[in-house]
Amino acid sequence: MDRKIRVVIAKPGLDGHDRGAKVIARALRDAGMEVIYTGLRQTPEMIVGAALQEDADVIGLSILSGAHMHICPKVVELLKAQGLDDVLIVLGGIIPDQDLPKLHAMGITGVFIPGTPMQHIVDFIAANARVRSDA
Amino acid sequence: MARPVIPTTGDKARWTREVLEPTLRKSPERPGPFTTISGRAIDRLYTADDVAGIDTTRDIGNPGEFPYVRGIHPTGYRGKLWTMRQFAGFGTPEETNARYKELIAAGGTGLSVAFDLPTLMGRDPDHPLSLGEVGKCGVNITSLADMERLFEGISLADITTSMTINSPAPMIFAMYLVVAEKQGADWKKISGTIQNDILKEFIAQKEYIFPPRPSMRLITDIFGFCTREVPRWNTISVSGYHIREAGSTSLQELAFTLRDGLEYVQYGVDAGLKVDDFVPRISFFFNSHSDFFEEIAKFRAARKLWAEAMKTRFGATDPKSWQLRFHTQTAGVSLTAQQPYNNVVRTALQALAAVLGGTNSLHTNSLDEALALPTKEAVTIALRTQQVIAHESGVTNVVDPLGGSYFVEALTREMEQGTLKYWETIDRMGGMVEAIELGYPQKEIAEASYQFQQAVERKEKIIVGVNDFIQENEPPIEILYIDDKASEIQLARLEALKASRDNGAVRRTLDALKKTAAGSGNTMEPMLECVRAYCTVGEMCDALRDVWGEWEETPII
Repeated sequence: MDRKIRVVIAKPGLDGHDRGAKVIARALRDAGMEVIYTGLRQTPEMIVGAALQEDADVIGLSILSGAHMHICPKVVELLKAQGLDDVLIVLGGIIPDQDLPKLHAMGITGVFIPGTPMQHIVDFIAANARVRSDA
Repeated sequence: MARPVIPTTGDKARWTREVLEPTLRKSPERPGPFTTISGRAIDRLYTADDVAGIDTTRDIGNPGEFPYVRGIHPTGYRGKLWTMRQFAGFGTPEETNARYKELIAAGGTGLSVAFDLPTLMGRDPDHPLSLGEVGKCGVNITSLADMERLFEGISLADITTSMTINSPAPMIFAMYLVVAEKQGADWKKISGTIQNDILKEFIAQKEYIFPPRPSMRLITDIFGFCTREVPRWNTISVSGYHIREAGSTSLQELAFTLRDGLEYVQYGVDAGLKVDDFVPRISFFFNSHSDFFEEIAKFRAARKLWAEAMKTRFGATDPKSWQLRFHTQTAGVSLTAQQPYNNVVRTALQALAAVLGGTNSLHTNSLDEALALPTKEAVTIALRTQQVIAHESGVTNVVDPLGGSYFVEALTREMEQGTLKYWETIDRMGGMVEAIELGYPQKEIAEASYQFQQAVERKEKIIVGVNDFIQENEPPIEILYIDDKASEIQLARLEALKASRDNGAVRRTLDALKKTAAGSGNTMEPMLECVRAYCTVGEMCDALRDVWGEWEETPII
């Protein structure tokens, strides 16, 4: 049987507004995924470390402070360095449209702004995550 | 001629039987649920039956009289309108200074400083966690030099300033005082507010640095210092805003915020202060969300609960200690990224609720804030919204126009009773600090926010433009884009500052601060010396981190 999708939900940077991160963590868990919530104030290094340690298929980043164009490239780069470039990154928060082309170019296509239905995020992850085999 | 019939107690049962039930048989109601945005069940009709237990003299009273349900001013807004205070800050101190001058020119009557995350978290721009955050969500203030730039050309003797700062409140407040001193303003006369509310940071917004108990000491140090030196300063703005934004219900916002207030008063008393010496300078800050009447009831209940608690729990005798004064901000979380112009309407209704609830000052959000920090044009519409309510709607002609409404009075009482129940639970835990350490309010809020999200997903709660009335291919609106220039400038300034200041004085003043923090003296005095020596916010916070350590929470989902 397929193993459950494993998701690391992380709050990078200094921001403490974690309502979205926590609601999503719970919604993904209720949808049958395994969710690890890192808590607040995670550096890109800490997030990638958690993904490695937890054998994550997906990293969900919640950023509302406007720092996403600094944090996302670092996470992508560190994942690559660890050979984890098949980990799906999804991003939620206050993300201006004009940043989308650059985020897509980095491979981050799941970008969710306020008001996105939770089911939409669940479906996106289910369709795009590459679940590693247990072997 | 028939005399008008005044409905009396017992009439609701008759009406239900004779009028309502036959109607429902013919034309049933919409499926509902008929609940507030917080999930509170609302009856279809309120009559004299619903307010039967309320003694209008004892429980409601008149404006300007205990227990102040109808307002703290006998003349309401006829005497003085609320302060129109728009929260603003971004980029460098100079950019924010220019925005303030525009707001003052547009008729704004008070300043309100938004700081960026590095400042709020006590980190200098060169700290690794400050990456990408400098000047983004607010203005960056690293040292006294930045504070001087922020208020350049603005006379602190003539304006009141509210500063949204919590963990580093003493450092930022000390900087403000030194700028005032340099301008020749008298500390005894200047006025303004520091948010300085750490409990709601542990509960909701999570911008904490030090553990709860030393954090509480910093606050009582400010109470003591201001009582002596800056008597007109509002030492704390006990905030429900962030609790609500984190997903609490309206009742939880009310109950937790006021209970936080009681905790601060208790700690002040325990630190040796007299209630009537410091409580009059405590103010509050609430959210005004979309459920119109529930919010109005919340504001009215807040005044009563506070007045009664100050009188009976703490034996306050000065009416100023009983009178709850509050600022309101419309609900940022209610704004939608979809069809953003609808946000102007949402904000107007929320602002009206705050005014009908008797707010003392108000911030209205801008239509583009679910997308970015607001543009100048969006901020102007937000301010104009307040001016339309104040000058065109007519609601300011009469004090507490909804007083005596069966529905509003019944709901006000429900909010009051619900709050007292929450207080009992928290009191049993030993107080709010203990409840926070147990994760109690955090858990309650996480649950409420998840329930709300589920109701939205099930379309039990409609958000226009989000889960109904959706519009495809919306044209984008113009938003404010903040680049990294501010970060580069602030980084260069920090380097220059460290090269030019007297670093011997920096070390000496920081050591003195640590010594006081490790002992029991008032930390404000050594903090002022650090500021005068141009110590940075990061350096001052690090000094206290060395003594007290840092707080880390166990996340609750």
